[in-house]
Amino acid sequence: MKVQTASPIRQRGHLRLDATIAASASIVGPFEAKGPLGHLFDRVVQDDLCGQKSYERAEQCLLRGAVELLLDRAEVRATDVDMLIGGDLLDQITTTNFAGRDLGVPLLGVYSACATTSESLLLGALAVTSKAASTVVCATASHHLSAERQYRFPLELAVQRAPTAQWTATGGAAFLLGRADEGLARIVAATVGTVQDYGLKDPNNMGAAMAPAAADTVLRHLRARGQASRDYDLILTGDLARAGLPLLEELLGEEGEHPAHRLQDAGVLLYDPSQDVHAGGSGAACSALVLASLILPRLRRGELRRVLLVATGSLHSPRSYQQGETIPAVAHAVEMEAIV
Amino acid sequence: MEPKEYRQRVKRLEPPRPIARNALWAFVVGGIICLIGQVVQSVLMAAGYNQETVKAPTSIIMVLLGALATAFGIYDRIAKFGGMGANLPITGFSNAVVAPAMEFKQEGPIMGTGARIFQIAGPVIAYGVLTAFVVGLLRFAIMGGKP
Repeated sequence: MKVQTASPIRQRGHLRLDATIAASASIVGPFEAKGPLGHLFDRVVQDDLCGQKSYERAEQCLLRGAVELLLDRAEVRATDVDMLIGGDLLDQITTTNFAGRDLGVPLLGVYSACATTSESLLLGALAVTSKAASTVVCATASHHLSAERQYRFPLELAVQRAPTAQWTATGGAAFLLGRADEGLARIVAATVGTVQDYGLKDPNNMGAAMAPAAADTVLRHLRARGQASRDYDLILTGDLARAGLPLLEELLGEEGEHPAHRLQDAGVLLYDPSQDVHAGGSGAACSALVLASLILPRLRRGELRRVLLVATGSLHSPRSYQQGETIPAVAHAVEMEAIV
Repeated sequence: MEPKEYRQRVKRLEPPRPIARNALWAFVVGGIICLIGQVVQSVLMAAGYNQETVKAPTSIIMVLLGALATAFGIYDRIAKFGGMGANLPITGFSNAVVAPAMEFKQEGPIMGTGARIFQIAGPVIAYGVLTAFVVGLLRFAIMGGKP
C-alpha cells in the first residue's frame, strides 16, 4: 500500500488538518488576573477555592466553568457537542473526568502534562477533519495549589524555591472546534511530538528538560511543512519559561533556525516578573490561557496570520522523581492560520 | 546534540542561586528566632526556673509559636527569605509537622493528617533516633556504663 504524503517531506506524526476554532473561553484565579494579560480573560474567580471545599474541587470548577462559558457564548447546547477532549495535571486526570459528571458530553480524557492543550486541540481538529465529529470542545485546567499539593510540598511548609522553578497557573480554558467558515482561527496542521529525555533530573528546572522536545517538534514540523521559522508570525511555546526558552533558541540556532522575536513562551507572557513566579508560569492551563486571551483574538483581527503553538509537557511524576528517574518530555505542535 | 553536552549547557545557563544573599538572610532570620527564644528563656528564668528546668518550657513555647505562625500562614513567608535560618531552629521543626497536618486534613483524620503528619519530619525523627542509638552504643563501648 502506498502511503499518501501530504507534505513536502514525509514526517512521522505530521498531520494536515482542517478545522475551525469557532470560539474560546478562559477563567483565571485572582493571581493570574493581576498579570499582564489580566484584562483579557473572560472571567476571574474571586478566591482560590472558588467556593469549594478543596483546591482539587476548585480545579474541576475552573474546567467546568470554562466549558459552560464557552457553550454559552457560542450558543451551543451541551447535547450538540460530539465530544469533549480535555486534560489536567492531577492524578488519574480527575479534574477533567470529574467535571465530566456534570457536563454530560461524551468525554475523552488526555494527558501530556503541560502539552495537554495542544494534544487536545490536535485530536479535536483530527476528529473534525476526518468528519468523525462536527462539534468538539477542547479544554484544560490547572490550579497552582492543587499542583503544589501533588508535585511539591505542603502549602504552608517553609521552603525556598529555585530560580528555575515554575509557577503552575490557576485557570481553565476551553475551545470550540468545528467546520464553520467563521471563527477565531483555522487549524491547518499539527505534529505529534516524540518523547525526549536528555537525562535531566531536576523537577525545579522543567524548562531545561522540555526544551529538546520543543526543538525536535518545531524542526520536524517545519521540515514537514517545507518552511522556515521566519514564515511564522509567532511560535508560541508553553511552558519553557525563562529557564528553557534560551535553551530552545540555542538548539534551533544550531539547526539554522533563528526565530528571534517570533519565538515566545506562554509561561513568560502570563505573569509579570514582579509577581515573583521565578522562571515563569506552567501548568496544563498556561498555554491555553495565553492562546484564548491573547493569541486567538489577534489571529481573528488579522494581526497575526500564522501561529505555531508548541505546548511542552514534562512527563515525570513525584514517584518517578523519588526513584531517581530522569525527566522525559514531549511537545505537540498545532499550526493555526487567520481566517480573514 | 549529545545528552551529556546538553546537560553541561543547562548547567552553564542556569541562573546562579543567590547564595551570599540567602546566607545573610538565613543569619538574620535565624538570629531573630534565636533572640526570641532567648527572651522567652530569660522571662521564664526571672519567673523562677533555673538553667536546667527552663529548657523544656522554652522549647514548648517556641514550638507553639512556630505552629501558630504556620497556622496563620506567616511561617512559609518568613522562610522564603530566611531559608535554613527558619528551618533549623525548633520553630522550623514545628512548621514541618504542622504544615502537613493542615495540608492533609482534607483527606481525613486517619489517612490524611494521621498518616502524613510526619511526612517531612519523619526522616529527621527516624534517623535522629537511629543516630542517638549508635552514639549511645559507641559511648557504652568506649566508656562503659558509668554516667
